[in-house]
Order: sequence, then structure tokens, then C-alpha cells
Amino acid sequence: MGTILFELALTCYFAATIISIVEIFKGSKESSRLTFSITVAGFAIHSAAIIYRYISAGYMPITSMHEASSFFAWCIVLIYFFLEYKYKIGIMGSFILPIVFMMMLSSSMLPRGIKPLGPALQSYWLGIHTALAFLGNAAFAVAFGVGIMYLLQEHYLKSKHLGGLFQKLPSLQVLDEINYRLITIGFPLLTLAIISGVLWAESAWGRFWRWDPKEVWSLITWFIYALILHMRLTAGWRKKRAAILSVIGFIVVLFTFFGVNLLLKSLHSFR
Amino acid sequence: MKVLVIGLNHKTASIDIREKLAFNGPKLEEGILSIRELPEVNEAALLSTCNRVEIYAYVNDAASAGENIKGFLSGFHNINRADFENSLYLYSDSDAIRHILRVASSLDSMVVGEPQILGQLKDIFDFALSKKTTGIILNRLMKKAISTAKRVRTETRIAENAVSISFAAVELAKKIFTELSGKSFMLLGAGEMAELAARHLVSNGVKDVKVANRTYERGCELAKEFDGKAVRFEDFIKEMAHTDIVICSTGASAYILFREQMQKAMKERRHKPVFIIDISVPRNIDPEINKIDNVYLYNVDDLQDVVDTNILERKKEAEEAEKIIDEEVEKFMNWIASLNSVPVIIALRQKAEDIKKEEFEKFRNKFPELDKEKMEAVEYLLTAVTNKLIHNPTVILKENSEDRDLLTFAVKKLYGINGEDEE
Repeated sequence: MGTILFELALTCYFAATIISIVEIFKGSKESSRLTFSITVAGFAIHSAAIIYRYISAGYMPITSMHEASSFFAWCIVLIYFFLEYKYKIGIMGSFILPIVFMMMLSSSMLPRGIKPLGPALQSYWLGIHTALAFLGNAAFAVAFGVGIMYLLQEHYLKSKHLGGLFQKLPSLQVLDEINYRLITIGFPLLTLAIISGVLWAESAWGRFWRWDPKEVWSLITWFIYALILHMRLTAGWRKKRAAILSVIGFIVVLFTFFGVNLLLKSLHSFR
Repeated sequence: MKVLVIGLNHKTASIDIREKLAFNGPKLEEGILSIRELPEVNEAALLSTCNRVEIYAYVNDAASAGENIKGFLSGFHNINRADFENSLYLYSDSDAIRHILRVASSLDSMVVGEPQILGQLKDIFDFALSKKTTGIILNRLMKKAISTAKRVRTETRIAENAVSISFAAVELAKKIFTELSGKSFMLLGAGEMAELAARHLVSNGVKDVKVANRTYERGCELAKEFDGKAVRFEDFIKEMAHTDIVICSTGASAYILFREQMQKAMKERRHKPVFIIDISVPRNIDPEINKIDNVYLYNVDDLQDVVDTNILERKKEAEEAEKIIDEEVEKFMNWIASLNSVPVIIALRQKAEDIKKEEFEKFRNKFPELDKEKMEAVEYLLTAVTNKLIHNPTVILKENSEDRDLLTFAVKKLYGINGEDEE
């Protein structure tokens, strides 16, 4: 049952991604509405899959790499919906849904077994800490997509290639505004995630901070986004540089998420 | 009976002929009433714009009505027929309908896709309606023209992109700033195109307008017109730091703004984006400036390229639009055909016959004890009543009268004969 729901959601995201990519080259209002409807369907099924797994495992399904990638994708779609509702930019899906699909695809290729929870993780902190971290990082993922959109649009304007995609992309100001908004959402969430992690570490392991690779890389992520915010507010550093940094920031997020688990030994390893 | 279009436009007639045949002011009312009174003409409407003069009519016979209208034009405008006859086009039936739908959808316009024509068409049909010169056919055709034009606008991108330099400038500005309201704007120099672009920007809500002109007095005049303030020309570089959109069109023979100056201005304005349009020839602004982050510099050729691509784009979309027009013409022709009285008469008789049979069946089942003779008497009675009831409508529908279409339409509606609700 859980598997069927997961596969169905994956299929929906796949279809939506394909249509949204075609939309970059040749699209209409109808096709972007179709993309959105399929994504909504995928999200509903995906939510059901997560709830189902929560019930059968008895804890927040976020401890294996399979679960984490899936939940990450879910958070990205949630934020995408929020933006679509707020700004109604049809073409945005083309830059966000591929990320969602890649997350789901990697999730689908990882072992899916439900294992009993280790004693250190049996805490209410598990839900709080991970939900904060994942929502924050999902905001950064969307900021990455929007950053790419900004860089493309700015490239078109500078080079005067004013073709089809230029027409579909919104104005630089709107893209910059969304980027800023996402970072102002993501940054406090990440900050709270780190604080809750510190508190949890104290109660579970008896130490606030252990320089675990995940902790270190989260801190690096935190500094990058702090830099974006700081430079925006003080040096009038905005627009293009902020877009580039939000792209780089997300690459660091991805490394923190996948790289640390796969390459480095960490207490945060998903099993 | 046929729909007829007679007219001339910017493609078929030169401006002096169009001028001579135009119906301006009170002439419009006089003209339309006189045309309606012409023999053979049952309904009429009259469109007169600077690009076209067209008469739409619903007539008994296209050829003779056409002759009458041509004669009228010649007499009314006091111009020899030979002088304008070659510029006229005359369409009837489906060609006429296609022409009206194409005009409404702006496929026949000088700049394809520009929407003004639809408004003008609406106005003249409203006018004709108020003067009671149109009837069921042309009124319906007007509704069809409006709905077709809307379909063309929503289903194709025909009107989406700017096809003039000044509109292209506004559109580009919107791709940088979203909303132009609240943005500051400076006009450097003057010139027709620059002023036009400035006017578009102002009508799009640009605030805080500054005008810097070499002759300060001229600058003041322009500033007044845009509700802005004049700046001394020597001071314009200082103002760059506080300006989001700049249009430059001075007669200078060399660059008046260089990269280093702009870089300084950008620093001062904390790198907020600037859109600079240099429409002067030779160029007045160092093209190197486009390389500075958050500065977007467009010259007149860049804008012309935008316009050219958009015009090409519109032509492609126009092909899509023609398909929509074909569909709608067919629908309308079907509707007109449905007004043909013969099938309506047949349908009316059939309806009467059906009702008679149905009621007679009911009666027979209710009173099976009646003998054959009495049954026949009852049937005869029913036949007599229904025949009497439909006799008069049938005779009138068969008559070749002026308002036969209206009557056919009415009969269909009153008796609930199918095929009426085409839309």
C-alpha cells in the first residue's frame, strides 16, 4: 500500500516534470494549468504515503535516506504551492519540479525498509528538529530554482535575446523579491533547526556541539545564507549576486544532505 | 438575401480617397439612415475610421444593392464613381462574414493585432442599433464578431507583444521592474520618439519625472507637460543616481555618459537596477555601460529588433487566428441557413402532425368502446383544428416578404423548433 502510493506520487511528479520542461520551449496557459493539477494530485498522494508510513512505523518517517529524500521533496512542493498561490507564475514549475522529481527518484532507489528506532532518536525532538531543518532547506531549494530563473532572465535582458522563455519569465524585480522572501523564510527555520539540534544533542548525547560533519556543514550553509541577508541589508547587495549565492547555497545544502551521508562518517547518518 | 460588405481600406485606397469617402461627425448618422433607405437594403451599419470606410448591409440582391450603395456614395460625397470604384471591395455571403470577423479580430488592420478596431466596431454597431438601422442578422453578426475577436485574443498570442518602439520600451521596463508606478524617470533631450516613449511611461504610472534639456526653457515646457521638473543639463549625471529609467535622445555627436560615471552612480544608488534607453543616433551613451551589473542599456536598433521579432510573431499567430475565423464563419453560415423558411415550414407541419397523433392515441386508449365511425369523426376534427392553426403561419412564411427571416426566426422560437440555440 505504502509502496503503491509512493510510486503513484513519483509518477505524477515525473509527468508534471516532463510537461513543465516541455513548457520552457513551447507552452501555453493550458499546459501550465495541467502541470499544476498533476502536481496537486501527486502531492495529495505523496502526503497519504507519508502519513501511511508514519502510522506503520510509529514515528516520523525521516530517519532513512529514502524517507528523508521523500520528505524533502514533499517540503519543496509545499513551498512551491505557497509561491504559486501568492505570485501565480506558471513557468516557475519548470524550475522547481525537476528538483522535486530528482529527490523522489533518488528516494525511490534507496532501501525502503522500516527499521526500529535507535534509543537516541526516540524523542519528540526528532519531529521538531527534522521538520524545521527540512522546511528551511526546502525554501533554499526553491530559492535555487528562482535564482536560476533570475540569472536566465538577467542574461536575456543583458544580451537582448528576448525570445519565448524571456516572455514567460516574470520580471527581475519579482524574481528577486521571491528569492529574498524564500531566504527570509529558510534562514530562521534553519537557525531554529540548529538550535533545536543543539538542545536535543545536549539531552541525548550530553553535549551541545560535537563538530560532527553534518553540524559543520549546516553551519557553513547557515553562514552562506546569513551572508546573503547581511549583504542585502547593508551593502545594497541584491539581485544578481544574491541569485548566484542562493544557487551556491543550495549546492552546499545538497552536499550537507547527500554528501555528508555518503562520503563522511557522521552521527547524523540516515540508515 | 445576403450579407454584403462594401468598402475600402488603407490597402486598397490612398489617403485622399479615404478622406473624401469618410463619414465624419453628423455625416455618419445621415449616411447610415440614407443607406438603410436604399432599395434592396434591409439592414445597414457604417464604419468610418482613418484606415477604412465600410458599409455592412443585409440585402435582397447583392449586385443591385451594391450598385445602389455605390451610387449613394458618389452622390453623398460628391465624387465621381470612376474615382473610387477601383479602390472598392465588395464581398457577399460567407466572404462578407469572414471579412467582418477578420476586421473585428484585427487581422485586416495596418498593424495586425492592435485592438482599437474592435472598440470602433462596437461603437458603430451600438450607434446603428440606436438608430434602428440594423436587425436580427447584423445584430447577431456583431455579437459573433465580438466573440470571435475575443476568441482570437485569448487563443492566440496575436496581441501579446509590443509592435512599436515606445511600447517595446515600456514592455522591457516591466520585465525589469514589474510595476512602473513609483519608479523615477528622466528624459534626456527631446525628440518625437523620446517624447512618445516618455508619454507611455507616464501613462503607465511612472512618478517623479525629470527632464534635462540643453535649452533649459524647452526642458521646463516638457516637464510641465509630464507633470515633472526640469533639471539643468549639466546636472543630469548627478541625477542618474536617483533615476530608475532613462530615455536619452539628445543631438550630441559624441557620448555624454561614460562607464566610470555610471559606475559611480550605481554605487551611490546601491546597485538598484537602471534601465537606459538610448534612442539617439549617433548614440549618446557609451555602450560599455551595459556591462555594469544591474544596468540595462538598449539602443534604438535593439528596440527595433524587438519590434521586428514581435511583428513576425504576430504574423505566425495570425495564421492560427484564420483557423478560428473559418470555424466561426461556418457556424454563422449554418445559423443563416437555419433561417431558410422551407425546412421550418416542414418542421412546423411535422410538429402539428405529431401533436395530433399523440393526442388521438391517448383519446383512443381512453375510449376503446367508440365505434369506427365516431373515431374517424374525432380524427377529422383534430386534423381540421391543427391545419387551421398552422395555415396562416405557413402562408406567411412562404411569402417572399422583407421580414421573412425575422418571422422564420420567431416561428422557430415560438414553436420550439430545434436548431435555434446555436450558441
